[in-house]
Amino acid sequence: MSGRVLVGVKRVIDYAVKIRVKPDNSSVVTDGVKHSMNPFCEIAVEEAVKLKEKKLIKEVVAVSCGPQQAQETIRTALAMGADRGIHVEVTGKDYETLGPLQVSKIMAALAKKEDAQLVILGKQAIDDDCNQTGQMTAALLDWPQGTFASEVSFDGDKIKVVREIDGGLETIKIKTPAVVTADLRLNTPRYATLPNIMKAKKKKIANVKPADLGVDLTSRLEVVRVDEPPQRQAGVKVETVDDLVGKLKEAGTV
Amino acid sequence: MNTGVVQRTRGRELLYLGREYPKGGDYFRDRLRAAFIKNKDVQDPERIKEMIARGEFVARELEALYYLRKYRAMKKRYYED
Repeated sequence: MSGRVLVGVKRVIDYAVKIRVKPDNSSVVTDGVKHSMNPFCEIAVEEAVKLKEKKLIKEVVAVSCGPQQAQETIRTALAMGADRGIHVEVTGKDYETLGPLQVSKIMAALAKKEDAQLVILGKQAIDDDCNQTGQMTAALLDWPQGTFASEVSFDGDKIKVVREIDGGLETIKIKTPAVVTADLRLNTPRYATLPNIMKAKKKKIANVKPADLGVDLTSRLEVVRVDEPPQRQAGVKVETVDDLVGKLKEAGTV
Repeated sequence: MNTGVVQRTRGRELLYLGREYPKGGDYFRDRLRAAFIKNKDVQDPERIKEMIARGEFVARELEALYYLRKYRAMKKRYYED
């Protein structure tokens, strides 16, 4: 048992940024826009680091796929307490078409290569909202999965996961090795403070190419068009209840 | 304890934390600089300790602010109440 946890972290446009669509409707504007670690990935890193602090696992390895800038995201994970990082270099057209299928192939290959006991991912990324990578990774590895986790604990050689599902919570026990995806209420991620960021500079980030892992990055999806959501129509104010009923009748809803 | 070093470390940390202040990183930085300059001649070790503690407090408050903003945004976007 290696006691090693792999955590996937994705570099996305910061949650507070106002997204703008390119004039040709091909994609969103990313140049010069503030990027940061996906919030659900932060929660995943926090959980892994917590497990290490409780001495339930021995090593936390942060993984990110993308161009050079992905290293910043890995550095943040290292500052939060990850031990080392792996930067899977994906650039250009490959990066544009990089999606859950390709990332899950990469994560599966790395999980095997690093002999990981647990893979923790955020439940979804706030840019594409796919909510697929964790599930696909588990399927490719033929490992059990505990998705939408709001609580994770070790129970002997199994993991107990409390999942957030429609209508409540579901508790499951899964064997290790396993894949877990983090939901919002799993924990409160620590802030990467300046001293920790300085310390993290000494930690290693290995550079790996997808070809080294035997992964084919070909996408089976094509983005046809990207549009902004429809503008919210301004509401109409009425003076009396009769006016309201009148308007509703006009609209055909009464 | 070399309070000069502690003050500089705290100052740098606050500057770093203040980048994401809602009213703007510049607003925060200017206010921070003004506060440090106003107090630069204080010699009394008790008062210095007090101010370093206040700096720590502000740092923790900022972290809590950033976390809450993000948490509330995620909750609003992804969860139906």
